Amino acid sequence: MDITTQNPTSPPASRPSEVEQKRAARAATRPGDRVFLALSRGSGVFLLVLMAAIAGFLTYRSALALSENEANFFTTFEWNPTGNPPEFGIAVLAFGTVVSSIIAMAIAVPVAVGIALFITHYAPRRLAGPIAYVIDLLAAVPSIVYGLWGVLFLVPHMQGLYGWLDDYLGWTGIFEWQGGAPRSLFTAGVVLAIMILPIITNVSREVFRQVPQMHEEAALALGATRWEVIRMAVLPYGRSGVISASMLGLGRALGETMAVAMVLSPAFTINASLLDWGGGTFAQNIAAKFSEASVMGRDALIASGLVLFVITLLVNGTARMIVARRKEFSGANA
Amino acid sequence: MSHATLTDKRPGSLRGATLPKWFPWAVAAGSIALGIGISAAAGLRSSIQWGLIAAVLFVLGTYGIAGRVEGRRQAKDRVVTSLVWVAFLLAVIPLASLVYETVKRGVKVLDGYFLTHSMGVVADKDPGGGIYHAILGTLQQVGIATVIAVPIGVLTAIYLVEYGRGKLAKAVTFFVDVMTGIPSIVAGLFVLSTWILILGMGASGFAGALALTILMLPVVVRSTEEMLKLVPNELREASLALGVPKWRTILKVVVPTSIGGITTGVMLAIARITGETAPLLMLVWVTDFINANPFSDAQGSLPVYIYLQYSAGGEAAYDRAWAAALTLIAFIMILNLAARGIARWKAPKTGR
Repeated sequence: MDITTQNPTSPPASRPSEVEQKRAARAATRPGDRVFLALSRGSGVFLLVLMAAIAGFLTYRSALALSENEANFFTTFEWNPTGNPPEFGIAVLAFGTVVSSIIAMAIAVPVAVGIALFITHYAPRRLAGPIAYVIDLLAAVPSIVYGLWGVLFLVPHMQGLYGWLDDYLGWTGIFEWQGGAPRSLFTAGVVLAIMILPIITNVSREVFRQVPQMHEEAALALGATRWEVIRMAVLPYGRSGVISASMLGLGRALGETMAVAMVLSPAFTINASLLDWGGGTFAQNIAAKFSEASVMGRDALIASGLVLFVITLLVNGTARMIVARRKEFSGANA
Repeated sequence: MSHATLTDKRPGSLRGATLPKWFPWAVAAGSIALGIGISAAAGLRSSIQWGLIAAVLFVLGTYGIAGRVEGRRQAKDRVVTSLVWVAFLLAVIPLASLVYETVKRGVKVLDGYFLTHSMGVVADKDPGGGIYHAILGTLQQVGIATVIAVPIGVLTAIYLVEYGRGKLAKAVTFFVDVMTGIPSIVAGLFVLSTWILILGMGASGFAGALALTILMLPVVVRSTEEMLKLVPNELREASLALGVPKWRTILKVVVPTSIGGITTGVMLAIARITGETAPLLMLVWVTDFINANPFSDAQGSLPVYIYLQYSAGGEAAYDRAWAAALTLIAFIMILNLAARGIARWKAPKTGR
């Protein structure tokens, strides 16, 4: 230890330059070192190859399906890959995925930011720790359980809310309810919101916790109320973190399969009303149609999966770019 | 409530008028009573409406009274405080309900028999049967995925922390991050298009394990990377200064120092993939029988079992689905708690 503590005091001139370091490293490599470096670098390269392979093979299978497709892939409202000629498109799926994710985000983001603020700034000290811990654990509950709970417990309990929305907001057309079972995109969105709540909360909480104490104390010293502290010190500091947390949540909502597949009562239609059953999402459609699909049908589903892959890639990539600007935290472990 | 306004208004006092501590509770009680009164008088049936009216009254009441006594800034502060509390309660209700329902409905058929028998000869509508085949399948599939993902993941993390400089390391970091967000169904489709459609292999537990590997890898890399970064540089330098080769330094000094954190990360990753359903549904298919060979034919697994029992419908099947869900959650929670326990117990000692 003594040697290392003396190190910083030695003159910088004794430190080898980068070029020298490289040369020294090359000269000093032993067989063990070389093997180990190759192994670990190989693993890294393997990951890159894997990502490329995922994109490549999905594209290849999609191309097989799309070359047969007689209809426009992006604007067709039908899914009939076994027909003669095969016609299928993702318009309905894109609509359903976007709508359910928007509903999920609209509910989850404000609530999650609220809980994160609650844990970091409002809850009694003794409660804050355990609450954060429990929400951490809830992030690990598998989606199939959310789906089971959603369809067997939440769906019957949505009747009242549906009636209320229809009574008071039915005139907008968006919340018109014909009285069917409440297994619509709206319910799917609510289940998604509950699912992504823990992850958005966890990441936002981490960000809020990293707000410099000085900023908050300075605001308090100027006589700010707690809300003013949050508005002037906490939120501006944590904004990019909250945005990337939301995008991580969005990425999860877009790709969620089983919970949506169980809650939604699918039909290949686009409804003006969110409360009518029908619609579908990319992931849900793949899970629902897969078991009966022919080879052509599978390739068509792979094509829709490729679209989902690209969308989540863009969303997550953007979230990571925002996070990367602040190196101190990362949502990957949340 | 007007008597509350009489507190401390002496001129020259440094503090402005403040409302007593019980003020929010009083307003809450008042607005709930008023809300119930109004709803009952108007003959509204939905309890959601009652709650909504009470909530609106609460916010307005708080703002109005606090605004008159304490000033607008304090009033705003109080409103936000109540909104934050509302957000918290709003989130707690579904999450608590999820846990409560699963436990309540799950314990009905969960016993020793349930854990040690398969569904082999049990019709969907009949009671009885169990999840032995599903537990077996889940353990094997997750086990295989772990065996593949952990060495690759840890080595990648070692590369990133110990060797990684330049473009390659940056690319790996970025794509590991992006990979965390791959939907499980896309991972399933990838294995389907290569392993099954192109290589012509049949559905098996191993195919499912491959998809789980893809989902597990980035999580292992990320958490291991974080842990390796926590190892103090002095340890590496001391070892290198003694003439120990770099690879032995990494294996004998760096990794052992952070082994607790790495274990935690791996366990959390296992917990995450244990609940994956969609890829297994398309790669492992479904069976009610015990299949101890993960390399051929369909296998059961806990998440898929839940889905199957739900799809079968009927009271007996729903009971089994809940019981399996409870087993799955219990397994994941135990893994999580154990992982956190290890993390606390073996936290890297960064101080001297």
